[in-house]
Amino acid sequence: MSLNMLVLVKQVPDTQNVTGEAMRPDGTVNRDALPAIFNPEDLNALEEALKIKDRLGGVVTAMSMGPPKAADVVKECLYRGADKGILVSDRGFAGSDTLATSYALTCAITRLSGFDLVFCGRQAIDGDTAQVGPQVAEKLGVNQLTCVADILDISRDRIVVKRQIENGYEKLAASLPVLLTVTSEANEPRSANAKRVMGFKRIVCCEDAEGTDCWPCEPIEHIKQWDIQAIAADAERCGFSGSATWVKKIDNVVLTARETKGIENSEPGISGLINELMEEHII
Amino acid sequence: MVFIEQNDNVPADVSLELLSRARELADNLGLEVEGVALGYGLQNWLPNLGAYGCDRAYALEDERLAHFSSIPYTKGLVQIIQKHQPRFMLFGATTTGRDVAPRVASTLQCGLTADCTDLQIGDHKFKKRSYQDILLQIRPAFGGNIIATIVSPESRPSLATVREGVMKKKETHSPPTCRVIQESCPWESGDFPTEILEVVRQAKNVDLKTEKVIVSAGMGASSPESLKLVRELADLLGGEVGSSRPVVDGGFLHKEHQVGQTGTTVRPNLYIACGISGQIQHRAGMSEAKRIIAVNSDPEAPIFDIAHYGIVGDVNQVLQRMIKAYKQKL
Repeated sequence: MSLNMLVLVKQVPDTQNVTGEAMRPDGTVNRDALPAIFNPEDLNALEEALKIKDRLGGVVTAMSMGPPKAADVVKECLYRGADKGILVSDRGFAGSDTLATSYALTCAITRLSGFDLVFCGRQAIDGDTAQVGPQVAEKLGVNQLTCVADILDISRDRIVVKRQIENGYEKLAASLPVLLTVTSEANEPRSANAKRVMGFKRIVCCEDAEGTDCWPCEPIEHIKQWDIQAIAADAERCGFSGSATWVKKIDNVVLTARETKGIENSEPGISGLINELMEEHII
Repeated sequence: MVFIEQNDNVPADVSLELLSRARELADNLGLEVEGVALGYGLQNWLPNLGAYGCDRAYALEDERLAHFSSIPYTKGLVQIIQKHQPRFMLFGATTTGRDVAPRVASTLQCGLTADCTDLQIGDHKFKKRSYQDILLQIRPAFGGNIIATIVSPESRPSLATVREGVMKKKETHSPPTCRVIQESCPWESGDFPTEILEVVRQAKNVDLKTEKVIVSAGMGASSPESLKLVRELADLLGGEVGSSRPVVDGGFLHKEHQVGQTGTTVRPNLYIACGISGQIQHRAGMSEAKRIIAVNSDPEAPIFDIAHYGIVGDVNQVLQRMIKAYKQKL
């Protein structure tokens, strides 16, 4: 048994560890100064695919959509154990919302010769939408299992997962093919394999316009780079023109300092504070 | 139109919050508020939604819909939306809402904004076109570092998921009944590809949203001794224990205690932040507390920027002093 697995990964600004260098003097975040990282939950998605490959065999293909720099995350997938890498990149994708993104990814996936499982991280830390996974599933016409915290069983045609819900979980079974979105609870992602890093360190993207998804030789010699033509997408449905949601306005969150009343860490100081709160019926 | 999420025939809080907000928006625009629910046994409780401002509720009843499942719920919702053509379609940003809404939006090729924290009505101009009375969907992005206002004026409907706890649930005392309209959908066996083997839902032991006082522990108060003091103070003040994300990730407290962007949004009368540095993701969930006391040994901790009262010092010592001071007043 050999499963054909696809992992969708994204390069994102590191919004969770905003350092002083990324802060402007007015208290807002300079988004361009944030380092670009591998979206954390996409690493969990990759790990689930690699675990299945380790156990049952199969082929893991990593795909990312983004600017040329996003090849870094595809490379990282190769370092960790993915077999093939594809970068979907075109200026025409700029300004894509989740509808346009899922359309482009679906066109790219359709160019592949089929799949049994598609893995995505539950959500990316820049937009936090968690929408692209389900929207790709809808466009591919396949079932979806979201918020997967554990894969309990997998066979050639059936998967059983634990899905996280509010205050509990569901145990769900579905037949393949299916798309999964994976949460950070699912696993501890492996790190890069030194031998693979040596092997793929110099790998570059190579434009690939032909309508074939075959890699002629193993190991792979390059990351395939596909543009709008290569995935046979309708340019009108890509990028800003294909997006139904538009950004009207962005307000930077300014970390306004409140007037903080300093309370002395002493028994009288704290006793006075408790008094004040009781008099104001706060407690 | 609001998607009325139900679990075991109990409507989700967030659905009632959304109905209340939809009522306000609808009154300003002279529109009606509709709900749509899928499940089995809906007619027993749907009429009660009138209390939250729902004029009409469409019900899709089927035994197989008793518990949420992506594919059949998508099919049912798409059918109701296409038939009744609402202008705005709202979902709670729960694991259910965030599973089904993207799939519905993708089918309809309409715009969907995730995890909104505010909804307004307003105008938008773009390339000589102007749009009146459209839905302004307001949400944090980039890890809470920006607040974006999103519009989807060319979509009918505009879809949005809305975070639980950010809208206020408003119940009227002499409620009009909500008219329930039974709908049907041509289900086929292939519409149920997911087999639900088991659903485990623990009773909610902690509901931070309703607490008036929250004493919250950060990594600076995650030792067993500190957590004991945090719990003692919370109990003494009739409140509950909250926490920052690292404390939950580190396994010191259960997820239901977590305050912040990926936890619960709270607005208690008093929020005592113990050993919490005050990352923006945490502040997003508690900055609207009426009073905030920050206790931290680091005088530079960002939490002090939004605190009403700041105490620099050893967290355990401060907690002990608070407990002692409060006990003396009783």
